[in-house]
Amino acid sequence: MSKVYLILQDNDVSRYIVEAVEEDNPEVTVIYQPAMIRMEQENLMVVKRETVEEKLGRDWDVQELHLNLISLGGNVDEDEDRLELSWVL
Amino acid sequence: MTVEIKTSTLEPVRQTFANLERRFGDKPASRYQEATYDLQAEINFHYRPLWQPDKELNDRSRTAVAMADWYDLKDPRQFYYGTYVQQRAKMQEQAENNYSFFEKRGLPEHLSDAVKASLVRHLIPLRHVEHTANLNNVYGCSIGFGTSITQALLFNGMDRLGIAQYLSRIGLILDGNSGDLLTHSKQLWMQDPIWQGMRALCEKTLTVQDWFETFIAQDLVIDTLVFELFYVQYDQWLNANGAQDVGMLTEFMREWNRDNSRWIDSVLKTAVAESDANKALIGQWLNDWRGRVAEALAPVAQELCGGTASLEDALLALDKRTAKLGLS
Repeated sequence: MSKVYLILQDNDVSRYIVEAVEEDNPEVTVIYQPAMIRMEQENLMVVKRETVEEKLGRDWDVQELHLNLISLGGNVDEDEDRLELSWVL
Repeated sequence: MTVEIKTSTLEPVRQTFANLERRFGDKPASRYQEATYDLQAEINFHYRPLWQPDKELNDRSRTAVAMADWYDLKDPRQFYYGTYVQQRAKMQEQAENNYSFFEKRGLPEHLSDAVKASLVRHLIPLRHVEHTANLNNVYGCSIGFGTSITQALLFNGMDRLGIAQYLSRIGLILDGNSGDLLTHSKQLWMQDPIWQGMRALCEKTLTVQDWFETFIAQDLVIDTLVFELFYVQYDQWLNANGAQDVGMLTEFMREWNRDNSRWIDSVLKTAVAESDANKALIGQWLNDWRGRVAEALAPVAQELCGGTASLEDALLALDKRTAKLGLS
């Protein structure tokens, strides 16, 4: 059992992504660090396009995540609707 | 010498303004929230307006619709001045490209005389409808309650001026910038029997006192029907009649409608879900205006698309939309 994590820059866009991740992953731990936000959870975390779009109030491409991404840990499974991080399946 | 780099976290004393903290808790607020919530003055007015001495300057009772908190009617697009302007600038850039391409390639020359005549008779007079839409939305902005709805109404009002200008541009492209066709289409609007119902209706909407009723009549009923008839059905007819290039010039309206509908649907859904009284009232306005607008559009719809336009289909689209909002 180890944690997957996603670290974003702390800015106006990331805030909504964090909100969306919190909604889709109730177990997630969010750690606010200087200028960055670290989200971690056991085994699995998912960022869903639909939820982010709802929070952001506009169309959002999953690849836009990379604009604010600092680092991530876990095996990435990405398609146009979601980005999923996982360790063991 | 060794340099040790350390980071230390400075907790901000407060995350946001106190009014937002009371609403959403102590966390960083978005720009939309900061530029929207509780901006409109609600108490401590100095004088009552001379033109309506029974009400305060900003007064909830200017509409029969009641909301416990008017700020519930938020904008899913999260438009405040900055985001709105950015978004529209993007759309305008695209539209300008389309218009200049249309002119550069001399596409108007490929339009048949019949299509040109139809554009002047059926599409360009819509700019007067858009002007009414501008006035109606700005009316809601001026006497509405709660910045979340009034700012969005103002944005909508500005959009309508833009659309009216794009429709005028189509006229100018067709008449080589002389403005003759605009004068001609204004005459059609003022005198031709097919437009008189619509013109009377537009003037009627300007006299409605209750701003939320204006909002229903204009942004829900008129807009849905006009959009279905002129930007969906008529567009298909143009496509089928060798004038598909005109679609480049009306693409702005279609894109705008998608964006705008999201906002209207969300506002109405919230207002209807608030109470049964709201639901009944909005439903009644909807029924009332649905009949009137259908009647006003009937003569022009009968002639539109070479006589194949279907007002029934447009009404069906309206019914489908309102059913989704919980109004049926």
